[in-house]
Amino acid sequence: MALTGITRPAHAQIRVLDMDKAVHHYGTILGLIETGRDAEGRVYFKAWDERDLFCLVLRQADTAGIDHFAFRVLDVATLDQFEIDLEKFGVPVQRIPAGELLGTGERVRFTAPTGHVFDLFAEKEHLVDPERLLNPSPWTNEAERGIAPVRMDHALLYGPDLEGNLELFTKVLGFRLSEAAYLEDGTTMAVMFLSCSNKCHDIAFGRFPEPGKLHHISYRIESWEKVLRAGDIMGMNHVPIDIGPTRHGITRGCTIYAWDPSGNRFETFSGSYDPYPDWQPIRWTIDDLGRGLDYPQQKLHETFLTVVT
Amino acid sequence: MAVTQRHRISIVGTDIEFPCPETMSVLHGMAQLGRKGIPLGCRSGGCGVCKIEVVSGEYERAKMSRAHVSVEDEAEDRVLACCIRPKSALEIRVIGQINRAFPEQTKTKDDGAAIPPA
Repeated sequence: MALTGITRPAHAQIRVLDMDKAVHHYGTILGLIETGRDAEGRVYFKAWDERDLFCLVLRQADTAGIDHFAFRVLDVATLDQFEIDLEKFGVPVQRIPAGELLGTGERVRFTAPTGHVFDLFAEKEHLVDPERLLNPSPWTNEAERGIAPVRMDHALLYGPDLEGNLELFTKVLGFRLSEAAYLEDGTTMAVMFLSCSNKCHDIAFGRFPEPGKLHHISYRIESWEKVLRAGDIMGMNHVPIDIGPTRHGITRGCTIYAWDPSGNRFETFSGSYDPYPDWQPIRWTIDDLGRGLDYPQQKLHETFLTVVT
Repeated sequence: MAVTQRHRISIVGTDIEFPCPETMSVLHGMAQLGRKGIPLGCRSGGCGVCKIEVVSGEYERAKMSRAHVSVEDEAEDRVLACCIRPKSALEIRVIGQINRAFPEQTKTKDDGAAIPPA
């Protein structure tokens, strides 16, 4: 299928309470590659198989949580069109100048009805070893250092107005619903999973009384066996695990939820499946949300509902 | 080998008490024994669900999110159980305010917390 419009989740900027601990967590334990630091002291990371300069930005702060989540769009013309479309839809936008983040062009910023700040951009430097572009090996030493996900994959964000986000993301931004869980009335969404590609989820939202909350940022692992290896590495390093290793019923992802040293949840996951645009979304009922979250344990973990940053 | 000093943690108004090594947070000490009483969250100072008031005793503290623990809170021993290590026996009270996703469908009487009825 052709990838147009928004092509992928690109990065998250998150707040951390202690930069040294955070850099150790994301750089050494998760095994992302540090690619830069800016004048504000923010630290940038990429996963080993990504081309973009970064997928994660850490900012030292006195609270945890997410500053913004960004998507890469196809080109500058597409970015300009999204700005027009957002304004037409009644969503205020702001232009963030090129260079505000290292190696990144202008960003179009808006706040979604759930209270989350999103950026769209068309240009970000690639950082690729030329050896990776000519007769490359299937993996590198970096693919085995730490947990070593191949990419930042998606995020689950919590906030109150899921209906508003569904409208905005499907009518303006070109996403489609792949799966959703509904409350008892069968129509009110509890959690929804949206795709801008043929991944099962590029962004997901859960209904929560407070706006702008981070549930987790997810990193893609190549196999279930490597998810188990990630669990071992978390154990070796005393990383607090929330759920797993197990499998979600929703999206079928094989997963571990765990927390970084500031309490921001992250996921290491493999599996899932590849829905196409003509596919009907999958529905989950609130009564079976336990299996939706944790299929083998059949349990709606308390922390899934209450613990966010 | 040095013996790790342990201190008794008791939750006032309940019969819950457990020993906690000096090297561990109060929350970790509780959780690793499989005990309940303080709500378990991120265990890293960010989410705020394990907020307690230390009624008596000495402790060391690590960095906590200002979204959940203000300067005044810290001065008055309202802290996160995941971010304090006991230096003596501690008496604590659970005071965390917990927001829930879609509460009307998922709220149960026993959510593992020792919060007395308001």
